[in-house]
Parts: sequence; structure tokens; C-alpha cells
Amino acid sequence: MNGVAIVTLILGLGLVAWLSARAKAVRLAPAPSGGASRNRSGRPLLHSLPVYHGWYAALWVLAPALLFLVIWANVMPGLVTERALQDSAAAALPIDAMSRSAILTEARNVALGNAQAAFDPRANALIEPYRSAHRFYSLGGALAALMLAFAGGAFAFTRIRPDFRARTKVERVVMSALLVASLIAIVTTVGIVGSLLWESLRFFAMVNPFDFLFGLKWSPQSAAMGYGNEDAFGAVPLFWGTIFIGAIIAMFVAIPLGLMSAIYLTQYARPAARAWLKPMLEVLAGVPTVVYGYFAALTIAPNLRDFAAWVGISNASSESALAAGLVMGVMIIPFVSSMADDSINSVPQSMRDGSLAMGATTSETIKQVLIPAALPGVVGGVLLAVSRAIGETMIVVMAAGLAANLTLNPFASVTTVTTQIVQLLTGDQEFESAKTLAAFALGLVLFVVTLLLNIVALHVVKRYREAYE
Amino acid sequence: MPQSSTPKMSARNVNVFYGEKQAIQNVSIDVDTDNVTAFIGPSGCGKSTFLRTLNRMNDTVASARVEGEITLDGENIYSSGMDVVQLRARVGMVFQKPNPFPKSIYDNIAYGPRIHGLASAKADLDVIVESSLRRAGLWDEVKDRLKDSGTALSGGQQQRLCIGRAIAVEPEVILMDEPCSALDPIATAKIEELIHELRGRYAIVIVTHNMQQAARVSQRTAFFHLGTLVEYGSTSEIFTNPREDRTKDYITGRYG
Repeated sequence: MNGVAIVTLILGLGLVAWLSARAKAVRLAPAPSGGASRNRSGRPLLHSLPVYHGWYAALWVLAPALLFLVIWANVMPGLVTERALQDSAAAALPIDAMSRSAILTEARNVALGNAQAAFDPRANALIEPYRSAHRFYSLGGALAALMLAFAGGAFAFTRIRPDFRARTKVERVVMSALLVASLIAIVTTVGIVGSLLWESLRFFAMVNPFDFLFGLKWSPQSAAMGYGNEDAFGAVPLFWGTIFIGAIIAMFVAIPLGLMSAIYLTQYARPAARAWLKPMLEVLAGVPTVVYGYFAALTIAPNLRDFAAWVGISNASSESALAAGLVMGVMIIPFVSSMADDSINSVPQSMRDGSLAMGATTSETIKQVLIPAALPGVVGGVLLAVSRAIGETMIVVMAAGLAANLTLNPFASVTTVTTQIVQLLTGDQEFESAKTLAAFALGLVLFVVTLLLNIVALHVVKRYREAYE
Repeated sequence: MPQSSTPKMSARNVNVFYGEKQAIQNVSIDVDTDNVTAFIGPSGCGKSTFLRTLNRMNDTVASARVEGEITLDGENIYSSGMDVVQLRARVGMVFQKPNPFPKSIYDNIAYGPRIHGLASAKADLDVIVESSLRRAGLWDEVKDRLKDSGTALSGGQQQRLCIGRAIAVEPEVILMDEPCSALDPIATAKIEELIHELRGRYAIVIVTHNMQQAARVSQRTAFFHLGTLVEYGSTSEIFTNPREDRTKDYITGRYG
């Protein structure tokens, strides 16, 4: 039986259960007329509203049946293959596991209508057994699901009594559904970290972690061409490029501009101006990073190169650390600004009044009282901004270049961790080489660094919040 | 009690508006150095609002507007030539909730002298800090821990620190906006004692909810109601023999 049909049928049964259980509960309930709210003519009141009885029955119909279908969908292919192999036609299959499974796959595809005809005659012989096995199990699964639905519905229906606590039961189901939803996010994160760790370990089996973390030469291409893994995976130029762009140049732009705009918005701007300016500043955060990327690559970088050439810097590149860093700094402004805005605003008004009442000017008050008091929050915001900047990919891919230079010259081309990850994993790659696995090791380093930054930043911000609340 | 010859501050026909709403109507009052002046009245009567017009703290509220004339030593503080920053150095203020800066005790007191350039050398500043803390009655309690944070002190100590901070810039007038409402009775008694000691050196205006406190610390009392000044006279007169029925009703606890 078709999967969509059976799910629709079960949902329909759920609706029927909802309606009938609710109707039964309504019948059990005393009429609401007549003022007296309890034990009218000796009949007890319903513990739960009829709608909860409806939900209770519907959940008993839906949850077991749908859960069974999910499990069945995963178990069934194996069972189908098993049964198809018991057919006499399967005796002709080769023993070799690889060609055996290729033929089986072919037969299955034809049987399920995913392919027109099989290439291998042995597969053709298996099509019919396959099809019948599939029919057998899907029908069986559908019947079992329907039976489960009916059984669940009947069980729930018989439990409907005036004093039955359907409301509490439904509450428990809602709670577990929410718990499952949050667990999925956590499990996914754990899975990602796990795969990152696993692949990194495979990489470190080929390349010495010490060489990776402290080596000064990065040329994975030479390793791929067979010159060996030594000296090819020194990631220091990448780390430097990332820090140079994300934590130094970008922060030179973002910290002063973000902080000053936050001060202007919180302290000087009239409410009407603030109502306009703040959302406009936040629009910056909504610009897709790829747009920043081509702005950096096509507008800023060539102008910077021309400027550098005009000033007389000889080795200026058209892909410069400065271009990527400047644009990234602009991108980060809203983060710094809104964190600083929050922390300045959460300094109590009485502090500001106290300073003004001493005869301090607004800027003296800001410099001597507000900024020191808001500093932990601002620092936390900056750390979050740094962690975002070093994880940022599009801008550096488009504007920073690929050459792993270890340089202090902002007009030179440098490369970053994220750029190299993109570089290592795009295109046709064999998955077993140190070159591709290096991407995971880089990802792991990036993950650990941003995680630490986030933890420290949130800790700082939290401690600061507690001080004033 | 006799009115001293020349008032330190005087207000004439002052009206204060918050947007369209009038908070103060036509208040005229004189404040002098020899007497502590108390503003009493029920919540929302405008006594704090009026207090904040005396050092132009209402300027920080965008919608506030002040009409009329308020003079300090005969000079109109709302005239366009008045330097607000200088005015606030001359008319200090202590707030309802103690609001020490998140700095050390020393830096809290030194804050005003530093921004106004009152001390050229560290030694001068040390002298100012010590004398201000002494006058605020806090020196003996904190002299060994001047580097500790001002926010680590108890509530009463914090409020005396704030008074010391205000004193440190040598103001002529000190405005106190319910300075004891967040303090326990012992801390309150210390503040009241301090107000006694400061009287004569500074013109002190104190807003209070507590009528016993007004009776204890002030020599002159102004009773505000619904934005108007109902009655102003010597404290003993107001409390024993008020002219107005509204004052009498408030003092005897009929409302408020």
C-alpha cells in the first residue's frame, strides 16, 4: 500500500478519534446550565475539558502507528531483500559481495519503478521476486499500523471517564515532544563535533599535530602531488591570516565605529533620530555576506591596490588583507554597536544622573562613568564579534586571496582558515588524502577557538548583568 | 525663625511642564544657607520635580520645560548665559537611591575635583578626599580601605559617600531627594545627624516623605500639593500651627 495513503488514513483515524472522544466526554459532562457547578444530580464533573479527551484519544491513535511506520520504513528494505533472496532465482547470484549488491540494487530499482529495465539478466530474474516481497511487506506494515491505530484508539476511548485526567496526560505528551525537539538540536551538534573530531584524528594519523599547529609552510597541493606530507601542512600562515583580517584589521574598524555609534545612539540622539538610525544600522547585519564579498573584491580591493601603488608600495596585491578586513569590519559594526548599546543602556540612569549632578559634561560622564561601567558588556560584545569575524567565509574567499603568506603588510594577499577549507573541499576530491582531511583539522581548530571565545564572552556578559540586576 | 537677609536661591512664579502636562504651578520660594529647608507633600505633588529645577537636572528629560525665574545669588540660572555644568558644581545633589560610581571610594570622592580641576597635585587631592569623607562622617569607617569599590559599602555608607562626593566640589547648595528612603533607621539617623552638621556651611534642601524627618532636620518647611506650594514657613509653625487646612490634614495623616 502507498505510504502517503496510509499516513493520510491514520491521520483521518486520528481526527475521528479526536471527534468521537470529545463527543463522548461532552456526553459524560453535566449540562453547564443551572448555576450549581459541581455534582448536579449526583453526577461528577469532568476532570478535564472534553477537548483534552479528544487530544488524548487522537494521540493514542497517531503516535504508536506513526512511530511504527517510521521504524518499519527503515527495517523493511532489509526484510524485502532477505525474502527476495530466498527465491530460486537468487541462487544464480555471484558470491562476490560487490557485484551481488550491484545486481540487487538494480533489481530493486526496477521493481520499485525507479528504473526502466535492468542491465544484467540476473537482475531481471530477481525483479518479480523483489516486487512480490515488497508488496508483501508494505501491505503487512500498513495493516500492522492500522491495527496499532485502532488498538490505541480503542484503549484511549475506553479510558474516557469523568474523573480521567486527560489534561495531565496531554501535558506530559506536549512536554516530551518539546524535549525531543530540543534534543534533536543537541544531538545534531554532538554529531557534527563527533565527525569533525573523527576526521581530524584521521588527519593527525597522517600528519604530526605539532607540525600542523606550528608549521610555517602551507602547501597542501604539493602533498597531493606526492611530495609527502612533511612541511606541507603548517597552518600558522592560515591562523595568522585569519587573526590579521578578522581580529586585527576588522576590529580596528568595528570597535571604534561600533562603540561610537552606540554612544551617539544612546546618549546624544533624540528619540526620533534613534528610532530611525538604529534600525538602519541594523540593516547592515542583514546584508548577505556574499554581497559584502563582492563589494570587497570588486570595489574596495582594486582601489586599495591603486592607492598602494600610488603611495609607492611595490608588492600591493589586488587581493589584500586590508580590503577583506575593512569590509569585514563594516559587517561587524552592528554586532559591536548593538552589544555596546545594550550594555550602556543597562548602566542605571542614576549613575548617569549622579555624574551630571556633579557638574560633569555628557562626554565626561560617558568617558568616566558609563564606559567603565559598561566595559565588561562591551568586551563581551567584541569577543563575540571576533568569533564571528574569524568564522566568516564569503568575504575572505572573494577578497583575501589564496596565497599562504606570513606577512605584516596589509596590502599583501593572505589566506584564512575558512578560505582554505573551501579551497580544500571544493571540486572533485578523493576523500582519503591528507589534503581533504586537513579541512576537518582546520575546522576543528576554528570550532574550538570560536567556542572558547563564545564561552568567555557569554561568561563576561553574564557576570556583568548580575552586577546590576 | 527669622528669614536671613539675602536668600541663596529664590524661585519666582515657576511653572514646569512635562509635554502638555503641568507638573508645577506658579511656585515662589526662597532658600538660604542658615536653615535646612524641607519639601514635604504626598506622592506626585511635584516636590522632587521642583527640586530638580534648582540645578537644572530636568534638562536631561527631553519633554520637560521650565518657565519663571530661579536665581542663585541673584543670577538667573535659566538665562541663556548660564553654564549648566558650572551651575551643577555649585548646586550639588544627593539622590533617593545611593548611586556611587563603580569605582574605588577614593575615586568616587575625587571624581568631581578631578573634572573641575580643583586639585593640581595628588597631595591636594588627598586632602580634599580626606576632608570630604570627614565631613560626610565616613572617614573613620573607610580610611583603611580607600581603594575598595564604593559599591561594596553598606547602603547607609554609600549614601554618605554620595554626600561626601557632592561636598568634595565645594558646592553652595546641596539638594537631597529623599536621601533616606532606601535606608534603615540607624543609617537614617546618621544621615540626619550629618545634615545637622552641614547646616550653615551649605544651603540644604531636602525632599522627604517622612514628616518626622522633616520636623527633625529642617528649620523651614514647604508643603506641596498637586503641583502648587500650599504653605511655606518655619518648621515649628507648619507642624504645630498650620495656616492652611490642606497642610493640617496632611500633617495629621488625613491623606497622603
